[in-house]
Amino acid sequence: MTDLNRIRNFSIVAHIDHGKSTLADRLIQLTGTVAERDMQDQILDAMDIERERGITIKANTVRIEYPAQDGETYILNLIDTPGHVDFAYEVSRSMQAVEGSLLVVDASQGVEAQTLANVYQAIDADHEIVPVLNKVDLPAAEPERVKEQIEDVIGIEAHNAVQISAKTGLGIPDVLEAIVTRLPAPKGDPNAPLKAMLVDSYYDSYLGVVVLIRVIDGKIKKGDQIRMMKTGGRYGIDKLGVFRPKMQDIAELGPGEIGFLTASIKQVRDTRVGDTITHDKHPTPNPLPGFKPSQPVVFCGLFPVDANDFEDMRDAIEKLALNDASFSSEMETSAALGFGFRCGFLGLLHLEVIRDRLEREYDIDLITTAPSVIYHVHMRDGTMMELHNPADMPDMTHVDRIEEPRIKATILVPDEYLGDVLKLCQDRRGIQMDLTYAGSRAMVVYDLPLNEVVFDFYDRLKSVTKGYASFDYQMIGYREDALVKMQILVNDEPVDALSMMVHRDRAEGRGRAMCEKLKELIPRHMFKIPIQAAIGGRVIARETLSAMRKDVTAKCYGGDATRKRKLLDKQKAGKKKMRQFGKVEIPQSAFISALKMDS
Amino acid sequence: MTPDWQEGGFGLYIHWPFCEAKCPYCDFNSHVAASIDQSAWRTAYLSEIARAAAETPGRTLRSVFFGGGTPSLMQPETVAEILQAVRKAWPVANDIEITLEANPSSVEAGRFAGFRDAGVSRISMGVQALNADDLRRLGRLHSVEEARKAFEIARSCFERVSFDLIYARQDQTLADWRSELMEALSWGSDHLSLYQLTIEPGTAFGARHKAGGLKGLPDEDLSADLYEVTQEICYHAGLPAYEISNHAADMAQSRHNLIYWRGGDYVGIGPGAHGRLTLEGQRLATETYLAPQKWIEAVSTRGIGESDRVIITPTEQAEEYLMMSLRLAEGSDLRRFTRLMGQPIDRTRVNELEDLALVELKDDRLAATQAGRPVLNGILRSLLA
Repeated sequence: MTDLNRIRNFSIVAHIDHGKSTLADRLIQLTGTVAERDMQDQILDAMDIERERGITIKANTVRIEYPAQDGETYILNLIDTPGHVDFAYEVSRSMQAVEGSLLVVDASQGVEAQTLANVYQAIDADHEIVPVLNKVDLPAAEPERVKEQIEDVIGIEAHNAVQISAKTGLGIPDVLEAIVTRLPAPKGDPNAPLKAMLVDSYYDSYLGVVVLIRVIDGKIKKGDQIRMMKTGGRYGIDKLGVFRPKMQDIAELGPGEIGFLTASIKQVRDTRVGDTITHDKHPTPNPLPGFKPSQPVVFCGLFPVDANDFEDMRDAIEKLALNDASFSSEMETSAALGFGFRCGFLGLLHLEVIRDRLEREYDIDLITTAPSVIYHVHMRDGTMMELHNPADMPDMTHVDRIEEPRIKATILVPDEYLGDVLKLCQDRRGIQMDLTYAGSRAMVVYDLPLNEVVFDFYDRLKSVTKGYASFDYQMIGYREDALVKMQILVNDEPVDALSMMVHRDRAEGRGRAMCEKLKELIPRHMFKIPIQAAIGGRVIARETLSAMRKDVTAKCYGGDATRKRKLLDKQKAGKKKMRQFGKVEIPQSAFISALKMDS
Repeated sequence: MTPDWQEGGFGLYIHWPFCEAKCPYCDFNSHVAASIDQSAWRTAYLSEIARAAAETPGRTLRSVFFGGGTPSLMQPETVAEILQAVRKAWPVANDIEITLEANPSSVEAGRFAGFRDAGVSRISMGVQALNADDLRRLGRLHSVEEARKAFEIARSCFERVSFDLIYARQDQTLADWRSELMEALSWGSDHLSLYQLTIEPGTAFGARHKAGGLKGLPDEDLSADLYEVTQEICYHAGLPAYEISNHAADMAQSRHNLIYWRGGDYVGIGPGAHGRLTLEGQRLATETYLAPQKWIEAVSTRGIGESDRVIITPTEQAEEYLMMSLRLAEGSDLRRFTRLMGQPIDRTRVNELEDLALVELKDDRLAATQAGRPVLNGILRSLLA
C-alpha cells in the first residue's frame, strides 16, 4: 500500500494530434518505466488500429514511479482515455477515477473542439487542471496567444502552463514536477470496507476478463472474495497487479491506487463500468452511484461479401462483443445482401474501427449499408417504435409522427472558413445556437440532426475548411421533423439495402445524388435500366442507365477459343461478386461505394 | 453417331512466326529475326505434318491456312513442299481451300505467282488502312498505292483474294470510315475482314494506352455507330457479315475459319499454334511452344512441337461451341449444344434475349440478330456465365 500523499492520479486531455500519446510515451520513458529497448511509439495503444489511426479506443492505465525534487518517490497513475467524440461517455467515466488532468494544447494550433469537450468533462469531474503547451519548438508556435486563448475560451489559469515539446523531450521533467506539486493527492480511508470503482474491462485470451480498478477506500488483495454491487457477481481474485505498462503483480492495492484484477470472469458483459467492487463479507455501506451504460447511436448493416463467410462473421462478432459492451448486433436478412448483422455503434469512428477489425483480424470482406440513427416512430395507436433500420419502417398511414435524435455540435474554425461552415450546418438542417470568437477563430454551436452528421458531415467539414475546423458533439434529445423513407429502385425493383430515412426537403437532392452515383457504378446491361429514388409510390429522382451498345471480341479464330473460354470462367467467378436484383446485377463494389459515408 | 467435329469439318493451320517488323497493335505470336534458315523450318513443318497425320488418318482435309507472323515471307518452295506433304498425309477435299496471309508489299507480291504454283488458292492481305497517316500509326510498312498494286497482282494470280482493314482507329470519324470503306469496296474483293482496333495487353499500343497515351479512341457509342455503319454499307455492297468481323459475297466465305466457328477439328502446327482434335471420343486442345527456337528444337529433338495437350470436357466444348458459333450469322445448332452439354440451354435466358430482340431462335437454331451481334459478349455472359 502506498501512502496517499505520494500518489497522483491523472488523465491527459487533448485534441487528436496535439501530442497526447507522445507525451505519455515521454513520461513513461523518462521515468524508466519501460526499458529503452522495449520502447515503441504510442506504447499505450495496444491495438494496431489504434496505433495506425493515432486514436485511443479503450482506457489504458500506466503506473509510473517518479523520484521528485523533494526527495520523495511518487506513484503517478495515468489513465489514458479515448479522445474521439464517439467515446465521450467513456471519457467522462474514466475522469471519475482520477483527481487531475493535463490539458495538452498544440502551441501552434490552439484550442480545438475536442479539447473543449474533453476539458469540460474534466472540469465536471472537479479535476485540478495543468495546462501544457506542446510543440513549442515549432516555428509557428505562439505560446502566449494560446495561453490567452485557454484563459478566454476555457476559463482556466494558463499563465503557468508548462511549455514542452513531447517530440524532443523538452520540458518533460517540468511536467512530472507539475503533476506532483500542482495536482492533489487522492483521499481515502485505508481502514474502511473496500470500495473500488470498476473503471473499464477488456477481454484477454489468456486471463479472461481483466478489470481496471481504482481503489477509493479499504484494501484489496489477491485471493479476496469480492462482489460487484450492481451486477451481484461474486468472484475470488486470481491476480492483482498494476500496468507498467506491462502487467506486474502486486500484493495489495490501497486507497488512491489504480490497478487491475482478474477473477475468472468470462465476459466483459458481466462487468459494468462504474460498478462498485467491495468485499463480499464486509461490503461498503456507500456504493458509488454508478453510470448508465453507453448506448449505441449509429446503426448499420454489415454483410459478408461472400455468403460462405457468414458463420465466421458470427463468431467474429461474438468475440468482438465480448470485449466491447457498447457494440450491439443482431442478425439481419436482406433480399439484396443475404444474411448479415444489424450493428449498433457509439459513432462513426466506432463503426469504422469495428468494421476494420472484422476485416483485418478475422479476414472477412464486408458490405456496410448506409448508417442510420434510431428514430422514434410514434404510431397513431399511441405506441412508439424505435426504428434502427429504414427497411423496418411501418406504413406511413399508421404513423403519427417521427422524431429524430439531435445533437449539439461545437465547431471551431478559422474565420476565413466560417461562411462555409455556417452554410454546411444550415444545409444540414442545423439551428444556430451560438457564435463567438476566440482570437481569430470562431466557435459555432449548432443544434443538428444526428442523421445529417452520420452521413458525411465530418468529411464535408474537413473538405470545406481544408482540415482546419475541429468538431465535437453531444446528444441533446429527440425532436419531431418531416422525415420520410426514401427507397431506391433499380429496374423497378426496390433495393432495401439502399433505402434511407431523409428529411422531406432534402430527399430530392439526396435521391438525385444517389441515382447519379448508381448510374456510374452499375455496369451497362443488355437493356436500359431505370434507377429511381422514391418516397412511398412517388418517384422523386430518376436516371436511366442506357443499354450496352458494344461489347464484342473483334477477332476470334482457332487460337482464341481457349482464351475466350478462360475469359468466360473469369466472368463466372466475377458473377459471384454480383448481387441479382430482378434481372439486374449490381456489383458489390457498387454497394460499398454508393453507401460510403464520405460520398 | 457422327462425332461432333464432323459438323465443322477438318482443317490444318500452319503458323509462320516471322515478320519484318512488329506492328504495335498485334498480339499474335510474331517475331522479327535477322535471318531465317528456311530449310530447317521446312524440315520441322514436314515432321509435324507427318506426326499429326498419323493421329488423324483418313480424315478429309478441307482447308489449309498459312497464318502468322507474315507467311508471305516464306519462300514459295517451302510452301510447295509443305503442300506436297499435306496432300500425301491426308485425303483432301476436291474444293480444298488453301489460304496464305500476305503483306501487300511489292516484294511479297513478286512471290504471289510462286505461291499460286505451289498450290495456294486464296490470299488474305493485311491492308489495314487506306490512308498514309493511319498506315504509319498502325506501324505498317506499305503505302496505299503499294497495297492497291499488290491487291491487283494477287487478283491476277488467285481466284479468291480477301483483305483486312482495322477501323475504330484514333480520331477516326464516322464519315472518315464511311468513305474509306466505300473505297475499299470499290476494289471489288468478295471477302473483307473488318476489325475494330482492340488494344491488347502486351502490345506497344497496350503499353501506350496503359500509360495514358493513345488518345482519341472511340467511346462505346461511336464504336457501336462505326460497327453499325460497317454492317449497313457492306450489306448493300453485297458483302453481308457472315461473322462478327467478316464479310463475304455468297460462297466466298473463308472455309477455313468456318471450321473454327462451326466447332470442327483442326491441327495447329508451328510456334504458338493451337489445335482442336477429337481422338478416341475425347476432344483435345493442343498448344505448341511459342518461341520459334524452342518449337523447332522440340520438333527436332523430341519429334513433337506441342507444349500442352489437355482434354476439354463436354461442358467446356459446349460452351466453346456456343461462343464460336454465335459469331456466325447462321448461328448455333442448339441440338449440338444440348448433346454436348447433356442438357438444353437455359430457355428463360434465351427468351429474355429474344424479348430484347438480341437473338432469334428458329428450329433449334439460335442466332444473334443485327442488334445482338455488337453485344455478343453480353449475350454469351447471360447464356453461359
